[in-house]
Amino acid sequence: MSEHATRDRGRASMPTYLGMPPFPEAAGKAVADTRLRGNLAHATGTIRDRRLSAVAELDDWDALREAGKQIKDHTLEHLDHYLLLLEEKITAAGGTVHWARDAAEANRIVADLVRATGHTEVVKVKSMATQEIGLNEALAEEGITAYETDLAELIVQLGDDRPSHILVPAIHRNRAEIRDIFRSRMPDAPADLSDSPAELAEAARRHLRAKFLSAKVAVSGVNFAVAETGTLVVLESEGNGRMCLTLPETLISVMGIEKVLPTWQDLEVFLQLLPRSSTAERMNPYTSTWTGVTPGDGPRDFHLVLLDNGRTDTLADQVGRQALRCIRCSACLNVCPVYARAGGHAYGSPYPGPIGAILSPQIRGIGSPVDASLPYASSLCGACFEACPVAIDIPEVLVHLRAEAVEEGPKHPLVGTAMAAAGWTLRSPRRLALAQRLASASRRLVGRRGQIRRLPGPLRAWTDSRDAPAPPPESFRAWWKRTNGGRS
Amino acid sequence: MRIALFVTCLNDTMFPDTGKAVVRLLRRLGHEVEFPAAQTCCGQMHFNTGYRKQVTPMVRSFAETFAPYDAVVTPSASCAAMVRDWHPRIDSGAAPVASNVYELAEFLVDVLGVTDVGAYYPHRVTYHPTCHSLRMLKIGDRPLQLLRAVRGLELVELPDATECCGFGGTFALKNSEVSAAMGADKVACVRATGAEALCAADNSCLMHIGGILTRTGPDVRTVHLAEILASTEEDPHE
Repeated sequence: MSEHATRDRGRASMPTYLGMPPFPEAAGKAVADTRLRGNLAHATGTIRDRRLSAVAELDDWDALREAGKQIKDHTLEHLDHYLLLLEEKITAAGGTVHWARDAAEANRIVADLVRATGHTEVVKVKSMATQEIGLNEALAEEGITAYETDLAELIVQLGDDRPSHILVPAIHRNRAEIRDIFRSRMPDAPADLSDSPAELAEAARRHLRAKFLSAKVAVSGVNFAVAETGTLVVLESEGNGRMCLTLPETLISVMGIEKVLPTWQDLEVFLQLLPRSSTAERMNPYTSTWTGVTPGDGPRDFHLVLLDNGRTDTLADQVGRQALRCIRCSACLNVCPVYARAGGHAYGSPYPGPIGAILSPQIRGIGSPVDASLPYASSLCGACFEACPVAIDIPEVLVHLRAEAVEEGPKHPLVGTAMAAAGWTLRSPRRLALAQRLASASRRLVGRRGQIRRLPGPLRAWTDSRDAPAPPPESFRAWWKRTNGGRS
Repeated sequence: MRIALFVTCLNDTMFPDTGKAVVRLLRRLGHEVEFPAAQTCCGQMHFNTGYRKQVTPMVRSFAETFAPYDAVVTPSASCAAMVRDWHPRIDSGAAPVASNVYELAEFLVDVLGVTDVGAYYPHRVTYHPTCHSLRMLKIGDRPLQLLRAVRGLELVELPDATECCGFGGTFALKNSEVSAAMGADKVACVRATGAEALCAADNSCLMHIGGILTRTGPDVRTVHLAEILASTEEDPHE
C-alpha cells in the first residue's frame, strides 16, 4: 500500500482496508456462505450464553458498568492532561514516548525503531491498533517480517486472510479449515496433523516457541495505560503476550490515545468488566504490566507510540465520542444478529460488528461508500447497547452517523427523492389521506390472497424474499370518518 | 381521562383493523377514545434513516395534535419509543406530550391496571417481543400477562424470542439479504412452536415476518396484540 493511498481520503486511515465494497454488497455475499454462517452462529451462540452467566455472577454489574463509563468519560474530557502525565512517568522510568498523528506516521516511527535495532524480524502480540494502521504490511515494505503469535492471528496470517472478529480473529474458520491452513502454510507442522484442538494448539505452540526464543524485537498493543505510574497493561489468554513482552531486547507498543486511565484504582473496574464481557471469564489467564524498563528484567529498550489516527476528531463529536470508551471486548459483536449473519469481513475494517460500524466511519470519515454504508449495517435492535460494558449507546451513534452520511456522504438521489416525497406526504394529513386512497385503489391491481409477490423498482428488495401485504380497501382514517369512529 | 389514539401511519395505511381493535377494546373497558385527524407520523423512518430535516416538523405537529389529551395510546412499541425517547431530544417543547404516550400493553397494565381484558381467542399463539418494545420501552412481560389472561388462548414460548426479526425499518431494503436471513431464522423458530398465530406489539415487524411466512407456507398467520385482546366470544377475530 503506497503512502499516497494512506493519506488521500478521510481524516485518518486503515490502509489495509481501502477499496472494500460497501457493507450491503459484502454482507449479501457472506449471508449466502452457509459454512461461514454455521461457524459464526456456533461461535457467537456459545460465547453469548457464557457471557450472560459470567455477568450474572456479579450483583453490582450495573454499578461497575456505570463506573466504567464515568471513568472513561472523565479521562476523555481531560485527555491532554492524562496523556502528558503518562508520557512524563514513562520517560522517568526509562521508556520513550512517540506521538503519531495518523497511520502513516505511526508506521514510520515503528519501522524506524525496528531498523535502528538492526533486526528484520519482530514478534507481535495481538493488537487492534496495529491492525488499524496496517503495520504488518508497512513493515513488510521496509523488509521487516512481523510474526503474529496469538493463535487466531497466526491462523489469519498463515491463511493470508483478514481478521473477522476483535477477540477471535479466526472465528470464521472451523477446525478442519485451520488444519488445512497449518498443513499447507506452517513449515514445521506435522504431516499427519489432525483437526483435534489439542493437536492444533500443540503444533502452533512448537511453531511459535522458536519465534519467541529467537526474536529480538516485539511489537504489542495496549489494553490500558495507568497515567499515575506510567504503567502499561496487556490482557491475554495464551501466554504468547507474556513471552513477547518479556523475552525480546526491544519492545515497541502502539496504543490509541483513548486507552489511558488515571489511576490503578480505575484499572480495577476494567479488570472486572473486560474479561467477563469478552471471554466470559472471571479473570483472563495472563495480565502483564510494565513501567518503562527495569535493568536485568525484560526488554532493555521500550517505546510507546501514542496513536491519534482520527481520535481527536471523534472526540470533538458530542454524540460520537462515546465510541472512544470502547475497551475492545467484542461483546457487541457476539450479540449482534447482523454480525452473526454477515461476518466480520463485510465491515471492511479491522473493527467489525456494531462497534466497527460506529468507529470506522468516525476514524476514517464518512466520505467513502464503505464508511457511509456502515452506520446502516444495523437493524437498531439495541442488543449491542445492552451488552456493552461501558454503556456505549451504539444505536444512538448509528442514527447520528446516518444523519451525517445523508448530509456529507455519497449522494443517493433516488433515495433522497423518495424520502423527500414521503416526508412531504407525511407532513400533511390531507396528503396522507390522498396517498392512502391511491394505495387502496391500486389494491385490485396487485396480488392474490391479499399478498403482493413482486414490487417494482427499489421495493423489489422487499419482495425478493418476502410477500408484501396488499393495501386495505379503506385506511383507518377513512373508516373513522365514514363511520364516525365506528359509532354509525 | 381524555384518551387519544395515535394509530401510526403504517397501521393507518396498511393495517386499519389494528386501529379498530384498539378502539373496540378500550370502549369495552369503558373508555372513550378519540382520533385526532391531524395526526400523521412520528417521524421514525426519516429519523432512523438520517433524514433529520424532515423530522422536526413531524415532531412539532405531533406535539400540537396530541397536546389536549391526558393519554395517547398507540398500537406500536416502536413508534411509542420514537416519541418518548427521541421527540424531547429533537424539540424540548415536545417533552410534556411525549411523556403521555403509551404503547397499548403499557396503557392497559400500568394506567388502566387491567390484565384480564375479557378477551377470547381459542388458538395456539406464540409471542415475539419486538426489539423496541423490549430494549427501548422495556415493556417486559406486560403483553404476556395480557395474553395469559385471554380465554381459550394457548400461549407457547418462542425459542430465541429476544433475537431481532431483521425488519429494522429501511434496513429491510438497504440490507435486504441480511434482513431476510434474520427473518428466515425467526420464522424457523416460529414454526418450531407449532403455533397457529404469531403475535407482536408492532405490525412493522409482523409485516416482515408475515411476508416470509406467507411466501414459504400457509401454516402460521400474524396477528397484532390489539386484535387478540379485542376478540371476544360474541365478536371473534376474523
